[in-house]
Amino acid sequence: MGASFESEKTCNYFLDPQGFEELILALRGHGYVVYGPVVRDGAIVYDEVESASQLPVGMRDRQGPGYYRLEERGDRAFFGFVVGPHSWKKFLYPPRVKLLTVSKKGEVTLNNGEERKMAFIGVRGCELAAIDVLDRVLLKGPYIDPIYAARKKSLFVVAVNCTEPGENCFCASMGTGPEAKTGYDISLTEVVGDGVHYFVARAGSDEGLSLLKRIGAREATREEVSRAEEKMEESQKSFRKKLNVNGLKELLYRNIESPVYAEVAERCLACTNCTMVCPTCFCTTVEEVTSLNGDVAERWRRWDSCFNLDFSYIHGGSIRSSRLSRYRQWLTHKLATWVDQFGVMGCVGCGRCITWCPVGIDITEEAEKIRRAEVEVAAK
Amino acid sequence: MLAEQKLKVVEAPDTFKMEWFRVVGKTRETADTYTLKLKPRRGDGLAYQPGQFVMLYSFGVGEVPISISGNSLNGKTIEQTIRAVGPVTKALVSADIGSMVGVRGPFGRGWPLKEAEGQDVVIVAGGIGLAPLRPAIQYILRNREKYSNFYILYGARTPGDLLYKRSLPAWRGRLDAQVLVTVDRGDEKWRGYIGVVTTLFRHVKLEPSNTYAYVCGPEIMMKFTVQELKNQGLPDDRIFISMERNMKCGVGLCGHCQFGPTFVCKDGPVFSFAEVSNFFGRREV
Repeated sequence: MGASFESEKTCNYFLDPQGFEELILALRGHGYVVYGPVVRDGAIVYDEVESASQLPVGMRDRQGPGYYRLEERGDRAFFGFVVGPHSWKKFLYPPRVKLLTVSKKGEVTLNNGEERKMAFIGVRGCELAAIDVLDRVLLKGPYIDPIYAARKKSLFVVAVNCTEPGENCFCASMGTGPEAKTGYDISLTEVVGDGVHYFVARAGSDEGLSLLKRIGAREATREEVSRAEEKMEESQKSFRKKLNVNGLKELLYRNIESPVYAEVAERCLACTNCTMVCPTCFCTTVEEVTSLNGDVAERWRRWDSCFNLDFSYIHGGSIRSSRLSRYRQWLTHKLATWVDQFGVMGCVGCGRCITWCPVGIDITEEAEKIRRAEVEVAAK
Repeated sequence: MLAEQKLKVVEAPDTFKMEWFRVVGKTRETADTYTLKLKPRRGDGLAYQPGQFVMLYSFGVGEVPISISGNSLNGKTIEQTIRAVGPVTKALVSADIGSMVGVRGPFGRGWPLKEAEGQDVVIVAGGIGLAPLRPAIQYILRNREKYSNFYILYGARTPGDLLYKRSLPAWRGRLDAQVLVTVDRGDEKWRGYIGVVTTLFRHVKLEPSNTYAYVCGPEIMMKFTVQELKNQGLPDDRIFISMERNMKCGVGLCGHCQFGPTFVCKDGPVFSFAEVSNFFGRREV
């Protein structure tokens, strides 16, 4: 990218709702399958969209520990909610995928992944961070996942800055939001209210810039930009939840035998919801499937969870047979061992595990309890 | 043959690549344990480092991680010692001579044989834990001049549980290796030592300043063995253990084999005790 791009990249463009619609149409016109948030069964999930009108226009998601409800906002906002039970992981790292086919004659066909042009609309800062985490896990180790690699190849990302953080959001303390900082082709800040409704758009790549130009986006005025900036400043101040990451890895390493784990294990149902909604959980298992006549065998990979009893099974029994040990594995992996494995935490602060836990276990509270318990033990 | 080079970085299409190996030999070791001799259908044999493992596949049944337990002198065949404990291992031990099994790998980090050159080596094995150590024993005995004193301490539950009944007498016959074998419970024919493997330390005098220890067996056995080695003065970074965990992929992607901050498949299975002392021996980690 040249110097001219650098200046154009920091340039702010203006999109009205019609311009936003044209953005989606242009992506489709370029052969992208466009995925975005839609309302289904009382929740906002990610699916294919053909038009901006399919987005959850005017919807808000009320969230709490073990609580999620949609309600009307009373406006026409396209992105007036935060994150639902789905993450973009399901498109990049499919929940169930065939790894290989083996014939009885010995022919082996590997699934080396298929490249597909996907565009994601409405990716939040925490979700961009989650994709970066998955990149580290699946693309930067000694072996890479060919399926993820292929799907990632021609991904187009339209990010959305969060102007109204949700009740369970703690991305600000994780350094991943509310603003999308990197990893997008186009970022949007939605301004809605007081008789106006528009987006301030920025390009994060050459492709993003040329798309904005192709749909004829004009430069945003100073006033349009400053209203968007005000929104983001308010956003920064409105977080209700935080995770104190100061010395957190060392804290958790020191407190593997913390009494807090026994207490949380009393509540944890080991239902695996937290791992299924997590945008960074990458654990999988395999299923062997044989055709009825026994001539062809397939290996399928599907998402697994460290909360499952047989996750750690070796002959004779499971290593982690208690829920205590399985919750501990999950928490210490997210917030401590992940850092040693991949250089960042496995938690991006999206809050999904808190919302979708049927008993409302809150990762930020449990981490804080471990911190307090250490101080109390030391005081005794 | 011993691969001298570092594990090569494998590009995307190779991550799940599998090769067929023909079963060219089969030895019954114990009531439930067999050693298969495998020869690649194509190519010259498998380059590996002693202590590494492969994912072995039985058609339609599935894959399991199995340590490589030896190779022929010419490097054309490898051996895999398999205990029948689940559906896949049961299918593998019932593979007929001439049939094919799938092999992915070799994977992981093996025993530090280069670093131990010029030093004493003590190998401590419990039960089927001898299998991942056998390639290291073969390598040291075939390159005996590279090492100083060499000890093998091996314990099994009963005489019937001892592996490699043909190799053991050959090892014990070597004048340049001290090989001690013990069983927890003897039978009427047993004339050797009785007791857990750590009782054999009575009979050897290690020189802690220049000894490498390679240990493999059940975790409880490794725990007491490491303790004994530490009592003898061996530093943590010269005691090596081989860990076992559930594995689905073998290449660090499925998450199952995590042991503290490590992935047993890619960071291990062989670890120096210094690397894992914070986690080793803790319940349910």
